[in-house]
Amino acid sequence: MNDVNVLMVGVGGHGVILASDGMAEIGMNSGYDVKKSDSLGMAQRGGSVVSHVRWGEHVYSPMIKKGEVDFLLGFEQLEAARWAPYLKPDGVAIVADVVVIPISAIDGKIPYPGWDEIKGVLAEYTNQIYLIPATRIANEAGNPRAVNMVMLGFLSSFLELKPEAWTDTMRLRLPAKFRDSSIEAFLKGADEAKTMISTKGL
Amino acid sequence: MKQLLSGNEAIALGAYHAGAAVATAYPGTPSTEILQSIARMDGVYAEWAINEKVALEIGMGAAYGGVRTLVSMKHVGLNVAADPFFAASTTGIIGGLVIVSCDDPGEHSSQGEQDNRHFAKIGKVPMLEPTDSQEAYDLMDWAFNISEEFDTPVLLRSTTRISHCKTVVDVNKERKSDLRKPGFQRSPTKYVMVPSNARVRRHAMEERIVKLRSYVEDFPFNEMVLADRKLGVISNGVAYQYAREVFKDASHLKLVTIYPAPANLIRRFAREVERVIVIEELDPFLEDEIRCLGIQVAGKEFIPIIGELNAEIVENAAVETGILPSRPGPSLRPGSPSPQLPARRPQLCAGCPHVATEYVLRKLGFSSTGSGKELKKGEFIVTSDIGCYTLGVYPPLAALDTCACMGASIGQALGLEKAGVPNKTVAVLGDSTFMHSGITGLIDVIYSQGHTTVIILDNETTAMTGHQGHPGSGVSVTGAKTQQVKLETLAEGIGVKDVNVVDAFDLKAIESTIKRCLDNDEPSVIIARGPCSLTVKTRGAPFEVDADECVGCFDCLDLGCPAISIADDRAVIDAGMCLGSTCGVCAQVCPQEAILESRR
Repeated sequence: MNDVNVLMVGVGGHGVILASDGMAEIGMNSGYDVKKSDSLGMAQRGGSVVSHVRWGEHVYSPMIKKGEVDFLLGFEQLEAARWAPYLKPDGVAIVADVVVIPISAIDGKIPYPGWDEIKGVLAEYTNQIYLIPATRIANEAGNPRAVNMVMLGFLSSFLELKPEAWTDTMRLRLPAKFRDSSIEAFLKGADEAKTMISTKGL
Repeated sequence: MKQLLSGNEAIALGAYHAGAAVATAYPGTPSTEILQSIARMDGVYAEWAINEKVALEIGMGAAYGGVRTLVSMKHVGLNVAADPFFAASTTGIIGGLVIVSCDDPGEHSSQGEQDNRHFAKIGKVPMLEPTDSQEAYDLMDWAFNISEEFDTPVLLRSTTRISHCKTVVDVNKERKSDLRKPGFQRSPTKYVMVPSNARVRRHAMEERIVKLRSYVEDFPFNEMVLADRKLGVISNGVAYQYAREVFKDASHLKLVTIYPAPANLIRRFAREVERVIVIEELDPFLEDEIRCLGIQVAGKEFIPIIGELNAEIVENAAVETGILPSRPGPSLRPGSPSPQLPARRPQLCAGCPHVATEYVLRKLGFSSTGSGKELKKGEFIVTSDIGCYTLGVYPPLAALDTCACMGASIGQALGLEKAGVPNKTVAVLGDSTFMHSGITGLIDVIYSQGHTTVIILDNETTAMTGHQGHPGSGVSVTGAKTQQVKLETLAEGIGVKDVNVVDAFDLKAIESTIKRCLDNDEPSVIIARGPCSLTVKTRGAPFEVDADECVGCFDCLDLGCPAISIADDRAVIDAGMCLGSTCGVCAQVCPQEAILESRR
């Protein structure tokens, strides 16, 4: 049973908390000790959201130390770059193609960085960087808001648990109306990972 | 059964299983979810009190009536409730009374940082502090038992990282049913604190602490783990988790009874190890206690006294001091230097009902540049308060001069006026804050014949903490309809003659009303009423910019609406974020009339 440290970052309203709650519960149901911690300083009001999820034999701190994140899930590109220093050397960065321009970049002097710049920041810490067409995949699954499920699905391909361990728990957490489309988004995310990894030859 | 629970959920469930039958609170991060959780459980009377003082007074009454009672609040809430807190310590209780104080080290969502462990000491009240959700759940029954056995309220301290982190809890209890029936036994010497009775109770308080000092020596949650004897680490709360993670091989003493601390246990631990250090957040509370025992100890000389700790801060501090050997940090790959990333600070939401009023204040007579220069004639002072609207301090709105503590805006405005500051004053606060502690300030304005204009930004909810009900909303914690206290009736009843209600999205009405009130030489109240955009269920068609009409003046950006940005030198509105016809403030701002409701 390997320790797993996942940092999920994004902006209020993107389902970061739902995803990290789900992931924590999946770990617990699979026999891990689990801790998870959110920072959402007034997040519904446009601030950034950060969620630490830790699986392990015994977990002490609810937050992951800088340089020890195995998987960085960026639900928004700028936030992924901001939290890049938390990646362990050659940790995996999984970034959704979602851009939310902060007000400081609209009227301020620092522009919103392009993907090449964001990728450059991430590349200082790892060469395992995946930009996911998460919005398109979620739309294809019939649930445009299920970007978080696409991200979890993508992540699941890297971990030892079987897909059912994920989907069984998620099914119980999801509202009936979005259940099937969300699970579909999860599975499509997992497929995307397999395709990308085989193309990359990693 | 194993459950993944936040500290707050665990506190609520623990209290429920301990038989708590009354729960009161005023919402405040990071404590809010405690009442929200317990309110969903059968057999508990739960309410959002008007403020923390009243919440605790209700708690005292319920506990006098023999019922186990839970009162929860954020750290600054205990300042508001300090008066009944000390009183409850003096009288003692009958039914168990547990007061939960959730501190916010690092000020994630607070106007100040304070270490409420001190309240235990000055209040002469025992305090427990869990290190994870399991302990939070388990400790509640102990807390109620201590309360009843020692005739005292008990403080349970949590912090943001305990309250909001989820950890695995073995839920192994059921709700106690063999508890006292409600009833009040008359006892003036215990409950009527005239000096002659209070002096007697003082002795009871001191005797209680002496008994508690020996009680905590065997408290099962204080835990000694002896490993490498070269280093002994004493810690509490979430800092214990950081200490265990960072000092893997050391000996540890976890303290759950924060006050009084188990002196003999600490002495025993100190004898077992060569060197003692303390890892605790905020003040050197335990460190000072330990030093008073004559034990040589190090703590705050290398662990920060300000802000939240984490494993990384503790580890770096230990390496710098030479307690731990340094570990090689991850080396950066060669590459181009990182670009500067734009900050993402919180801002008022798209469609927020506070924006129009703050925009008008800025436009009318407030020209703060943040440079600290003296105000000109005609400029007015905007005293403000605690709530979402405080975000209006940031540009582009930049419309506020003060924000200190709940309800302070009105008293501050009156004080500036009475001191002879020539500029007019406007006090701005939300409906929930006004109910919490603005009412008394307004009564003082009337009584003292002040002239200030009070603007109540009324979204009929406590928005900042997640839409809790309050007397002005007429909605209870369970969502049930209850008697509503109307702001305008209240203001009139206090004696305000100039009471105005305006639509929070009607710029013209807001502007003319503020102007008229400022020119009026008597106190006035403006209630700017409009729903919180996060609670609006049906959005109208979004607004859009006619790119042919837009001249790129960007006046609309002065609203700071997150739905409006720039594309190709023209303003553009994000249709997904726009609240539509409920708001429409940008359309009123645009001098070109280029912003229109979309026809789609």
